Amino acid sequence: MTIAATGLDLNGICVTRGNTQILERIDMCVGRGQFVSVIGPNGAGKSTLLRSIARAVTPNAGEIYLDGDDLLRMPIGALARRVAVLAQEHPPDVEFTVQEMVTLGRIPHRTALSGITTSERAIIMHALEQVGMAGRAHRGFSSLSGGERTRVLLARAMAQQPDYLLLDEPTNHLDIRYQLELIELVRGLGVTVVAALHDLNLAAAHSDVIVMLADGRVHTTGAPAEVLTPANILAVFEVATTVVAHPDHGRPQLLFGLPHGTSSRVAS
Amino acid sequence: MTSSPAPLPARELLGPRAPLGPLLGAAMLLLVVSIPAGVMTGAADIPMRAVIATLRSALTGQAAEGVSSGTINIIWELRLPRVLLACIVGAGLAAVGTMMQATVRNPLADPYILGVSSGASVGAAAVILFNSFGLRGAFGAHALSVAGFGGALAAMVVVYLIARSPFGLVPTRLILGGIAAGHVFAAITSVLIFLGDPRAASGVLFWLLGGLGRAQWVLLPIPALALGVTFLYALARAPWLNAISLGDDAARSLGVPVDHFRRMMFFTVSLLTGVMVAISGAIGFVGLILPHMVRFLVGSDHRRVLLLGLPIGAAFMVWADLVARTVVAPQVLPVGVVTAAVGGPLFIVLLVRRTRASL
Repeated sequence: MTIAATGLDLNGICVTRGNTQILERIDMCVGRGQFVSVIGPNGAGKSTLLRSIARAVTPNAGEIYLDGDDLLRMPIGALARRVAVLAQEHPPDVEFTVQEMVTLGRIPHRTALSGITTSERAIIMHALEQVGMAGRAHRGFSSLSGGERTRVLLARAMAQQPDYLLLDEPTNHLDIRYQLELIELVRGLGVTVVAALHDLNLAAAHSDVIVMLADGRVHTTGAPAEVLTPANILAVFEVATTVVAHPDHGRPQLLFGLPHGTSSRVAS
Repeated sequence: MTSSPAPLPARELLGPRAPLGPLLGAAMLLLVVSIPAGVMTGAADIPMRAVIATLRSALTGQAAEGVSSGTINIIWELRLPRVLLACIVGAGLAAVGTMMQATVRNPLADPYILGVSSGASVGAAAVILFNSFGLRGAFGAHALSVAGFGGALAAMVVVYLIARSPFGLVPTRLILGGIAAGHVFAAITSVLIFLGDPRAASGVLFWLLGGLGRAQWVLLPIPALALGVTFLYALARAPWLNAISLGDDAARSLGVPVDHFRRMMFFTVSLLTGVMVAISGAIGFVGLILPHMVRFLVGSDHRRVLLLGLPIGAAFMVWADLVARTVVAPQVLPVGVVTAAVGGPLFIVLLVRRTRASL
C-alpha cells in the first residue's frame, strides 16, 4: 500500500457502536481540488464517514492520511488548520453576532494569548464577503434564516483557511434555491470538498467523484455517470431510475419511480 | 441535546456590540463606590470621614486623627476583610458560573444547582467536625480549602458522569442529576453534623447557609489566588469557551481539544468553588444569575463576559451582604439567604423562558 503525498486517503476504516457495525472497511481516495460526494440511503454511514475524518468519532480500525500525514493522530488544532467542517448546527443557547461566529474560525490559528489582529479581521471580513453576509456582520446569529445561518457557518469554515472542506448534509432543511446557492458557493472557493449529500441529482450535477455507500460499505465509486446507473440505484436505494442527460450541461440527472411490482405491494 | 433547543428569546441585534471599555469603567466605578459603602454600614454606622482617614493611615503609616481605636478596629479587623471577601466571592461566583454554563452548555448551570457547592460542603464539614483525613495537621488553616476542593471535584465528576450519554451531555439529566446529587451531599453533611461535636454543629449550620462572617485577613489570600489563577486561565481560553458553547462537534472542528479542555475546566471550577465554599459556605444562585446579567449587557463573547463579570460580581456581592447585615439589624442574615431570595425567583423566570427547550 502506498500513501499518496497529496489528497485524502482512507484505508480500511471500520466504526462500530455497541454491537452495530456502522462502517466496514471503507477505502476512499480524494484528490486535491476534487468535489467528492458521499451518497447512500439513511443509515448507510455517510455522516459517520465524515465524522471519522473530522475526528468526531474514532474508528476501531483503519487509517486516514491527509496529504501523507496520519490524520487520526495529529493534534486537533493542526487538523482544524487544514480541514474545516460545515454541518447542521443547532443555534446555541448563547447569542453570538455573525461576526463573533465567524471569528471562531480563527481559533486554530491563534495561541492562548494572541488577540485578533488587523490581518485576522481582514480574513474574517473576506470570509463574510465570500458568502455575501458582510452587510450583516452585527446581526444576531439566531435571528437569521436557515439559509443565512448556513452561509455564516460556511464563512466560519473559510476563516479557518482550510485545504479541505467537509460538508455533512449541509443542504438538509434548506429551500432548493439555498441548496443550489450553497453548492455553487462551495465550488467557487477552490478547496477540496467531501460532501455527504442526500439529493442524488445535486450530487450528479456537481461531483467529480461519487462514493456510493450501502450498509456501511462502499458499493460503487467513480464518476457520476459510472456510479449513478439504474442497476446501482435499484440495488442501493430500491427505486427504479431513468437517467437522462441534463439539457444544459449534459451531466446525468435521475427520474425516480417505484420498481415494477412493488407499488401494488405498498398500496395494498 | 435530546431535542432541538429553542433559543432564548434574543434581542434583535441590529448594530455592533456595546464597546467593552466604557461598560468596564462604569462597573469599576460602581465597585469603587460599593466598597466604602460596605465598610460604612453595619451594626454601628461609621462615617465616611472615618473610613477614609483609616484607609489613608493604613497607606501612609500616619495615625488616623479623630478616629477612635475601637472604630479603627471595626473597620480594619471586621468590615474591610468582610467586604473584600464579598468582592472575591462575588467575582469568583460570576467567573465560575460563566465557565460552567459554557462548559456544560446549559444556561441554568451554577455550582449550587449542580451540587458542586454541596460536595464542597461535605469536605469542609468533615474537617470542621471531625478533623477528617488528618488534613488539619497537613494543611493547617487551609485544611478547609483543600477539603472543599476535594469535595467539589468529586461532586463535579459524579454529576458529569450522571449527565453523560453516548450522544453527549443530556441537559435535563445534568440539572436533575445535579439537584439530586446535591441533596445526597447535603444528607451526608447532615449525618456528619448529627454525629459530630454538638458545639461545632451550630457553627457549621450557620456556615452552610452561606455567609461572609468568617472573613479574616489571613483567610483572604487563598481564595484571591484561586480566583486569579482560574480567571486568567479562563480568560486566555475564552475563544475555546465560545467554541464549546456551540457543541462538542463544532468545537472539535474548530481545533479545540474538547475532552482535555472540559477536564481542565472542571478542575479549575472545582478549585475555585471548593476554596470559596470553605470560607463562605454555599452561596446560591449568584453563579447562575450574574452571567445572565452580564451577557445581557455585552453579549455572549466569553472574553467580554468574564472581564465585565469580575467588577459586577464583586459589587453585587458587596451589596447583597450589605442587605444581609441591615435588613433585620442588629441580627445578621447569612448572605446566602438574601441571594436565594433574589436568585430563586430569577431561576424560575429563566426556566419558564425556556419552556420549549429541554431544560
